Amino acid sequence: MSSAAALSWFARHEIRLAWREWLAMMTGGRRKRTRAVIGLIIFAAIMHLPAYAVIGRFSDLRAPLDKSSLIVMTATIALAWALMLSQAIESVTRVFYARADLDLIISSPARLENVFSIRIAAIALSVIAMALLFSTPFVDILVIGGGIRWFAAYGVVVAVGLSAAAVAIAVTVLLFRLIGPSRTRLVAQILAAIIGAGFVIALQIAAILSYGTLSRFAVLTSDAAAAIAPDIDSIVWWPARAVLGDGKALLLLLGGGLVLLGAVMTIFAGRFADTAALASTNARPNRQGSRARAFRAGSRQQALRRKEFVLLGRDPWLMSQTLMQLLYLVPPAVMLWRSFSDSGLAIVLVTPVIVMAAGQLAGGLAWLTISGEDAADLVATAPLKPSRVIRAKIEVVLITIAVIFAPLVAALLFASPLQATVTALGIMIAAASATAIQLWFRVQAKRSQFRRRQTSSRLATFAEAFSSIGWAATAALALAAPIVAFISGLMTLGIVAATWKLSPRRD
Amino acid sequence: MKSHESALQVRGLTKRFDRLAVDALDLTVRSGEFYALVGPNGAGKTTTLRMVAGLLRPDAGTVAVFGRDALADPVAAKQMMAWVSDEPMIYDKLTPLEYLEFVAGLWGIGPATSEPAAHDLLVSLGLEPHLHERCEGFSKGMRQKVALAGALVHDPRLIILDEPLTGLDAVSARHVKGLLGDRVRAGCTVIMTTHILEVAERMADRIGVIAAGRLVAEGTLAELRQQNGHHDTSLEDLFIALVNVEAAAA
Repeated sequence: MSSAAALSWFARHEIRLAWREWLAMMTGGRRKRTRAVIGLIIFAAIMHLPAYAVIGRFSDLRAPLDKSSLIVMTATIALAWALMLSQAIESVTRVFYARADLDLIISSPARLENVFSIRIAAIALSVIAMALLFSTPFVDILVIGGGIRWFAAYGVVVAVGLSAAAVAIAVTVLLFRLIGPSRTRLVAQILAAIIGAGFVIALQIAAILSYGTLSRFAVLTSDAAAAIAPDIDSIVWWPARAVLGDGKALLLLLGGGLVLLGAVMTIFAGRFADTAALASTNARPNRQGSRARAFRAGSRQQALRRKEFVLLGRDPWLMSQTLMQLLYLVPPAVMLWRSFSDSGLAIVLVTPVIVMAAGQLAGGLAWLTISGEDAADLVATAPLKPSRVIRAKIEVVLITIAVIFAPLVAALLFASPLQATVTALGIMIAAASATAIQLWFRVQAKRSQFRRRQTSSRLATFAEAFSSIGWAATAALALAAPIVAFISGLMTLGIVAATWKLSPRRD
Repeated sequence: MKSHESALQVRGLTKRFDRLAVDALDLTVRSGEFYALVGPNGAGKTTTLRMVAGLLRPDAGTVAVFGRDALADPVAAKQMMAWVSDEPMIYDKLTPLEYLEFVAGLWGIGPATSEPAAHDLLVSLGLEPHLHERCEGFSKGMRQKVALAGALVHDPRLIILDEPLTGLDAVSARHVKGLLGDRVRAGCTVIMTTHILEVAERMADRIGVIAAGRLVAEGTLAELRQQNGHHDTSLEDLFIALVNVEAAAA
């Protein structure tokens, strides 16, 4: 096989792997994939409705735009870029640590620089494909409402994806060189979480500090932002102009993205190969645990709880996920802090954000403790009833939620005792509902499969999300319109009850 | 010294998945005995032992552990048992000592007993240099040793092992065999599935041959030879002959 033929064969192999990985993630590994793909297409079609609600009114926008509109559009593109960068960092980390084929590739007679150039391109391709999938409903709405000139937005998605993949690879390889393989895994996961959420959160904090609102648009459309923004002719606005159909700006962006990715491939492909080889040999370092601590006495449930707490504390996935949830709590915390000096109605918005975060975090924790049991046989053969095992694990989830959210509720108590009480109740109910849903849909899995928890049961995923949203809305309404809150609470309870009814039967 | 009390008594044990995996199996293992269960792949060895350990619910049949009905009172039965699977299930983020502390806690063993026992076990298995390292960097052999130490730390009366020597090097395998031999001499009962017939031949007091979910032969090596008219043959030859007869009958 010639070198070119070998490369093309490897490219096909990579695309096939990426496609199957993506399909498995989207379908939860189900065999009836045709049905799952049809479901996905229907879902994408339905997504056009919220897309219309969000973006429909902007389809008539035409160049030249004023500065405020340019700022909003550029910030939206920057947010998309941050999310793609986050996803790309995760993909690169996965290639380094999770792919089982590194030994085979490294031991093969293929030229590693070439092979890893293709792998880098495949990462870029998968990032772009995912971004296109999510942006399609929005772009479609713009095209339907404003004409074919909006098709240029797809080109911007591709250009942004190319640059995000390039930066992700450079950042991860550099991290690897600077802090070593064992720390890179954790740092990259946390970095991906922070980048994904950080941009929105930073804007929200700026909005709270400047205008006392959680809306980031308050900052973007302000006179202050317009005053410090660059001139209309600046290169900063190229992405926004390209979205609006400026062909020259689009070509320059696409060219820039390709050049950036090409440069990264040239510079980093060789290092990528070395890094991958290092990761495959050093991915599991011998880390020290706590030294010379005496065994502790206690009941069997205490032993289980202690084990769960230790594992949660040492779980990098959980750390990055928790960090992300906690990051979302920063804006309400800032708003809370600000409300001490300037009391206003906006503080009511703190409650639903906190309740929603509690529900989501409880769902993740419940999956890790209940489903993610690495020594399932050991626990199942231990001399204690399964109900006691489950109870100990649920206690761990609820205690963790209580510890994380108690300071916020305590702070809220000083601002408004009624709101603190409603928030505390909301946290408890949202956490209990999310935990119950995870319990009803539990599956035996390894903790390392946490990433796929949301694809193992679509019903559980949606039920958990709707339950958290429902309880968050109920808590907010309880403060503003108690009778409506009663109806909202009943509806959310109905969702939870229906989920229980649809959950798999157990002995 | 072998007692005549039954450590394990299985009657009419049946389990069906897509096909019949265990077919009305009767099995008795005496207290203080080293019993090896051998059979071809898919014969039903692991399914049988998983039902005994309480990991699978049988479709029919009874399981008694030291006279206790393991299906009616699983907690009491589990208190006397330990299970080690061929794929060591331990926690990557715990150290071997932390893992053993957890196992001892699950079985309700106090620290005064469990801590020195855990230390001695890990040292005897050659894990002393790794006592405070997290298991995530361990080889399969080391993980298997940690799992085995976990099974022994609560001093069970009945140890059930599913292919415990898989992935162990010769030195480690000898360690494990020595440890199991010591336990049997101390009065513990060991039931082990293995594909390594030499191990069954050298270590087991009695050997059960299972095929298509049924026990097709059982006894000491001498009894098996006598029953089947194969004098002076190895267990391997005997096993192949028994399994072939069973396959032909099926």
